[in-house]
Amino acid sequence: MPEAPSQIEVLIALMAKLPGLGPRSARRAVLQLIKKRSLLLIPLADAIQTVAETARECVNCGNIGTTDLCEICTSTKRDRSQICVVEDVADLWAMERADVFKGLYHVLGGTLSALDAIGPDELRIPRLAERVKTDQVSEVILALSATIDGQTTAHYIADALEGTGAVVTSLAQGVPIGGELDYLDDGTITAALRARKAL
Amino acid sequence: MSGLSVAALTLSHFRSHKMAEMALDGRPVALFGPNGAGKTNLLEGVSLLSPGRGLRRAAADEIARKPEALGWKVSAELQSLCQIHEVETWAEPGASRSVTVDGKTAPQLALGRIARVVWLIPAMDRLWIEGAEGRRRFLDRMTLSFEPRHGEVVLAYDKAMRERNRLLKDQVQDPGWYDALEGRMASFGAQIMANRQMAVSRVAMAQDGAETSFPKADQELIDPDGNAPLDTEPDLRAALQAGRSTDLRAGRTLQGPHRIDLHALFAAKGIPAKQCSTGEQKALLLSLILSNARALAQDFGAPPLLLLDEVAAHLDADRRAALYDEICALKAQAWMTGTGADLFADLGDRAQTFEVTDDQGTSEIRAH
Ligand SMILES: Nc1ncnc2c1ncn2[C@@H]1O[C@H](COP(=O)(O)OP(=O)(O)OP(=O)(O)O)[C@@H](O)[C@H]1O
Ligand SMILES: [Mg+2]
Ligand SMILES: [Zn+2]
Repeated sequence: MPEAPSQIEVLIALMAKLPGLGPRSARRAVLQLIKKRSLLLIPLADAIQTVAETARECVNCGNIGTTDLCEICTSTKRDRSQICVVEDVADLWAMERADVFKGLYHVLGGTLSALDAIGPDELRIPRLAERVKTDQVSEVILALSATIDGQTTAHYIADALEGTGAVVTSLAQGVPIGGELDYLDDGTITAALRARKAL
Repeated sequence: MSGLSVAALTLSHFRSHKMAEMALDGRPVALFGPNGAGKTNLLEGVSLLSPGRGLRRAAADEIARKPEALGWKVSAELQSLCQIHEVETWAEPGASRSVTVDGKTAPQLALGRIARVVWLIPAMDRLWIEGAEGRRRFLDRMTLSFEPRHGEVVLAYDKAMRERNRLLKDQVQDPGWYDALEGRMASFGAQIMANRQMAVSRVAMAQDGAETSFPKADQELIDPDGNAPLDTEPDLRAALQAGRSTDLRAGRTLQGPHRIDLHALFAAKGIPAKQCSTGEQKALLLSLILSNARALAQDFGAPPLLLLDEVAAHLDADRRAALYDEICALKAQAWMTGTGADLFADLGDRAQTFEVTDDQGTSEIRAH
């Protein structure tokens, strides 16, 4: 028999699915939420409700925002001649935290993997090629992980962008084998960006 | 003490062993006891101190002691050059195996840097006669002992190849996708071939210089058509690209380092290994293993751990005595098994001898 009433157990079970939380920490978190009803629980419920209604993928770059075009894509302060290609929104956020890149992004949402049935279309690579052509992009920076799938994807994209006039570079340094951008500190990302090289 | 040896070994719930503990002093280890006593199981435990699935190529769950099936664990104190490492490897039921080195979680491949392990098991008595796969595995185990990163490169190549095979099976036509994968395969493939060729030539050099009673084996790497294998990145890449349509029909990759075979010639007679007598074939394998050990003693500073299961089988008394002398001269910790103590009599106190017996389904080990 569960320790808490069943609706609360449902919440605990959902929380336990979040990254960084296990069953025990989810239980503690839920208990804390209930104890601080007005300070935490109700504002959190409202915030979740709002995000559920408004969060969506940017139609241009795949970033997550609350409007069709994300804040980066609509900003007038960004350099539109550079696109940085990342695997995941978490990687985009890591790049933004490092605060060294002033261009636009393209979020793939994964890497090429025949075994997982993820092909170029799933990663919106044709859309990337279109952006590069129509927006006269001069450099595409690939910030993909050093896994086999990441590197296969990098080579595929370089190939797909041939003839567009854009230079394709890659963050070769600092991304360890099997490493993902999200886990790197800001200094490492800065160094990796400065040391990028043509693919 | 320098060299490479297991100084202490504990097997818990490991096949027939419930709780086996051994204290070792670096000398070769001779294990004797009746059929089914648990000797090979012990060697298997030691083989899992290196990356991979061990000398039986068993799944993690298969190793757990039945009927309890609670998972298993091997703990070892490894003397490696001048350092002592605590290595633990285990598997919980239904999970793959985990590794810690000196108390810290480590990837399996990290084991290759600490423990170099080479083995000879009865199933390999037919190595020269049967399919290329077994010889390739033998070759890669030898290569891994020289170059611990070989394991990573082989895994990376396999991963890219499995991706390509899936495209072939699904009849995907996107040339860019093939290009990208073939580029990876060619790059890793060239490294695999370079590592293997380095290992083969290191072993050949060690054979040439050695004072040994074992026959010299001339080794050669060949492709499935019997030709010298492609080994440069551009050649491999071009071959994969050219082979695409044939591979599409086959639904898999038909050429590359994963199809390479190891050929050996009994040098003194000029006869291929597969046409040699049973004892000669075994002697050729032992010759390669001993040369591997000699070369590694030079390169790494210590010979590998040698696991020689049923080593006395097919060897006449002179060869057996010569083998023991050469192992002792090498200062290798060779783990050897046989059914009777008399097989190891020539070793005397040059080895640590243990008797392994079965007590109603549980192995017992006693220092002899
Ligand atoms: N998962 C397991 N749980 C319990 N017992 C097992 C398990 N796997 C194998 N065994 C048993 O271990 C016993 C010893 O096997 P092992 O191969 O080590 O014997 P051995 O001493 O090498 O014998 P031989 O001289 O015949 O080669 C066998 O009887 C086998 O049934
Ligand atoms: Mg046996
Ligand atoms: Zn956007």
